[in-house]
Amino acid sequence: MNLQLSHFSAAVLFGVFASVVFGITQRSTSREQIRYGLYCFAMFVGGVFLAGWVMWLLRR
Amino acid sequence: MTNPSTNKETPIAQPVTTMSVVAPAIGWLIPGAGHLIQKRWIRGLLLMASIVIMFVLGLALQGRVYRPNGGDILDILGFVGDVGAGGLYIVTRALDLGQGAIAHATADYGTKYIIVAGLLNFISAADAYHIAIGKKP
Repeated sequence: MNLQLSHFSAAVLFGVFASVVFGITQRSTSREQIRYGLYCFAMFVGGVFLAGWVMWLLRR
Repeated sequence: MTNPSTNKETPIAQPVTTMSVVAPAIGWLIPGAGHLIQKRWIRGLLLMASIVIMFVLGLALQGRVYRPNGGDILDILGFVGDVGAGGLYIVTRALDLGQGAIAHATADYGTKYIIVAGLLNFISAADAYHIAIGKKP
C-alpha cells in the first residue's frame, strides 16, 4: 500500500481527524463538541494558509 | 479571622471502580472502545474511525514506526507517541510494517500521522476515564 498526498491535502486531513478527537474530548455537550471541532478545524486550515503565505514571503 | 489557606477547595477523591480502570485500558488497546463500553456509541465510533484511519493513512504514506530505543530524544518521544495507539501499534510491529523507507517528499507526514494518532488515543483514553468517574457526561 503506497499513498501519496499533496502537502495541502495531508495537512487538511490531519486537521479533520485531530479536530474530531479534540471536539469530542475537550467539551461536554454535543453542541459544544461540534462547535469546538469546527473551531479547531478552522484554526488548522487557517494555520495552513497562514504558514503557506509566510513561506511564500520568505521565499521572495 | 479565617486563614486563607483553608478556603481553598480540596479535590474530592474519586472512588476507584472497575469501569474507571477498564475503560481507559481498553480505550488505549482499541481506540474508541473505552467510550463504546460505556454506551457512548457515536463518540466511540467517531474516535475509533479518526484514530484508526489516521494511523492507517500514516502507514500508507510510508511513515516510520518507532521501535523501543534509548538513543536520540526525538526517537524516544516518537516511540512514546506511537505506543499510544495501543493495539494498532502491537499489530503493526507484529506484521513488521512501518519500516519507513522514505521514497517521496511527503512521506514524513506518515510518520507524524502515526505519532499523532497515538497521542490522540491517549487523550481519548483519558476522556473515557473521565466519563467512567462521572466527571463528564
